[in-house]
Amino acid sequence: MTMRVDLPEEALAGVLAKAFGNRSFLIGLIITLLVVAIALVSFVWTPYDVTRLVIADKTQAPSWAHWFGTDHFGRDILSMIMVGARNSIAVALVAVGIGMGIGVPLGAFAAARGGIVDEALMRLNDLVFAFPALLSAIMITAIFGPGAVNAIIAIGIFNIPVFARVARAGALAIWPREFILAARAAGKGMTQITVEHILPNIATLLLVQGTIQFALGILAETGLSYVGLGAQPPMPSWGRMLFDAQTRMVTAPWMAIFPGMAIVVTVLGLNLLGDGIADILDPKSRRRR
Amino acid sequence: MTAYLLKRLIIAALTLVLASMVVFAVMEILPGDPARLMLGLNASAEQVELLRDQMGLNAPLAVRYLHWAAGLLSLDFGRSYTYSVPVIDLVRERIVVSLPLALIALALSTVIAIPVGVFSASRQGRAGDTLAMGAAQLGVAVPNFWFALMLIYLFAVWLHLVPAGGFPGWSAGIWTALKSLLLPAVALALPQAAILGRVARSALIEVLNEDYIRTARAKGLPYRAVLWRHALRNAMIPVLTILGLQFAFLLAGTIIIENVFYLPGLGRLIFQAITQRDLIVVESIVMLLVAAVILINLVVDFSYAIVDPRLRAIPGKVRSGFPSGIAPKQILRAVQRFRETRNRSRGRQ
Repeated sequence: MTMRVDLPEEALAGVLAKAFGNRSFLIGLIITLLVVAIALVSFVWTPYDVTRLVIADKTQAPSWAHWFGTDHFGRDILSMIMVGARNSIAVALVAVGIGMGIGVPLGAFAAARGGIVDEALMRLNDLVFAFPALLSAIMITAIFGPGAVNAIIAIGIFNIPVFARVARAGALAIWPREFILAARAAGKGMTQITVEHILPNIATLLLVQGTIQFALGILAETGLSYVGLGAQPPMPSWGRMLFDAQTRMVTAPWMAIFPGMAIVVTVLGLNLLGDGIADILDPKSRRRR
Repeated sequence: MTAYLLKRLIIAALTLVLASMVVFAVMEILPGDPARLMLGLNASAEQVELLRDQMGLNAPLAVRYLHWAAGLLSLDFGRSYTYSVPVIDLVRERIVVSLPLALIALALSTVIAIPVGVFSASRQGRAGDTLAMGAAQLGVAVPNFWFALMLIYLFAVWLHLVPAGGFPGWSAGIWTALKSLLLPAVALALPQAAILGRVARSALIEVLNEDYIRTARAKGLPYRAVLWRHALRNAMIPVLTILGLQFAFLLAGTIIIENVFYLPGLGRLIFQAITQRDLIVVESIVMLLVAAVILINLVVDFSYAIVDPRLRAIPGKVRSGFPSGIAPKQILRAVQRFRETRNRSRGRQ
C-alpha cells in the first residue's frame, strides 16, 4: 500500500492548531466556503429569477428590494452574481483538474526518467507557455466557436505546464532522498516509486499550486467571458456582467461595481487560502507563479 | 557562458518553429476555403480552383508550411480577406498602440513593485510591511479589466481628467497620445505590480537570511548598501523570471484592455478579425504575440547571465529555471565566498 510518512496524532493536532492560528488560512477558508455555499444555494434559491426579464425594473440603483441594483434587463444583480459563481467555480475547477490530471503525470515522468525524455517534455512545456491562455482561447474559439467548454479547455491547457513544472521540481527534490534509494533496493520500479513515494510527498506543493491556479482560473474565465469568448448569454457570468456594464458606466455604475467585487473577494479568498496552506504545511515554501 | 546562451538561443528557435507548426496546423483544420471566401458564393468551381492554384493552396502540406513560414520571416503574413490589404500593413498600424502600452505598463509595474518589495522586506513583520503586502494581496485579486472600468469611472466620468477611451493617434502630439494610454497602462500595471512586489519581497527576505549578508554587515557596510547592492542583486533572478512571465500576461492583457478603452491596437484588431472570420489576421497576430513571448523569455534568460555571475563562472549543468536543477549548493557557496573575498581585496565596498 501507499507508504506515506504517517503523522503521529500529536503532529496532526499541531497542524490543526497551526491552521486555526493562521489568520490568512482562516479568512481564506471562510471566504472560499462562503462563495461555494452561495453558488450551491443559487441552485435552489435566488432572491429573484435570473431568467425573467422585468423591463419596468431596468437599471435600478441599489435599494432594499434589489441590494445590488438591477441590470439593463431589470434582472437582479445579486441573484446574477450568485448564479454566476457556479460558472466561475465550475470552469476554474475543471481547468485545474485538466492541468493536474495531465501536468502532474508528465512532470513526475520527466523527473523520474531524466535525460532526453525530461528535456523533450520540458521543451513541450516551453511551447505551451508561449501561448498565453487568452491566445489559446482565441485560437480554440476560432475553430470551435465561443463557449464555456472552450474556455475550460483553453485555461486547462495553460494549466498543464504549470503543474508539470511544479511536479517535476518537487519530484526532483525527492528522488535523491534515502528512502527512495531504499525503495529501489527493495526492487520497486519507477512507476511504483512515483505513485507510492513521490506523489504523496509532493501533494502539498500541488495543493498550494492548485489553489493558486484555481484563483487564476477564475480571473481568466471572467476575462474570457468579458471579451465574449467564455460563457454565452443568457447564462449569467461575472465577466459577461462586466461587459454589459461597460457602456453603462455613467448611468448604472453598480452594474460594474458589484460583479467586480465578487471576483475580487473570491480570488482574494482563494489566494489567502493558498498562502495559509503553504504556511501551515511548510513554513519555508514560497508561492510560485 | 557562451554555451549557456547558445543553448537558450537554440531552445527559443526550436520553440518558435514548433509554435509556428501549431498555428499552421490550427489554420489547416479550420473549416472554410479561403479562395471560396474571397470570391463569394457565386463564383464557379473553376474560378475557385484557379484562385486556389494562384494562392498555392493546392501544394502539398509541407510546401505550404515552408512557404508560409518563409513569408513570416520576411514579415509577409499574406493578405487580409476582409480588408484586402497585406496583413503586415494592418499590424504596423496597430502595433504602435499595443507595444507602447505594454512597455509603459511593464515599466510602471517594475518601478512600483521593486521599491515596494525592498520596503516590505526591510521592514519584515512591521506595520508598513503588513500594510503593503495587504494591498498587494488585494491587487493580485483584482482583474485588470474591472480595475480599468473603475479607473474610467473615477478619472474620466467623475473627474474628467483623462479621456474615457479612444486613441487620437501619435500625430495628435506625443502628450495627447500618451494621455490616452495612461489609464490603460495603469490598469494593466497595478495588478502585475502587486504580484511582482510580493515576489521581490520574498526573494529579498530569503537573500537577507544568507550568511554573506551577515558578513557584509559585519564588515561594517551600512544596512542600506547591503540591501540595495548585495541583497537586491541576488534577489533579481526570481524577479526577472516573473517579469518575463508577466510580459506574456501583459500582452494578453493588452488584448482585453484595448477593448475596454477602445484603443485601436492589435487586441481590437484580433477581435474584429474573429467576428469577421478573417482567419489569416487572427493567425498572424497570434503568431506575432507568441514570437514576442518567446523573444522576451530569451531576453530574460540572457539577463540571468548578466545578473548572476554564477552562470558565467560555472559551465555546464546550470539551468535557467529556479528552483530545480541548480548547481550543487557547495559550489555556489564557494563561488559566493570567492566573490566576497575578491570584492573585499579589491577594496570595493
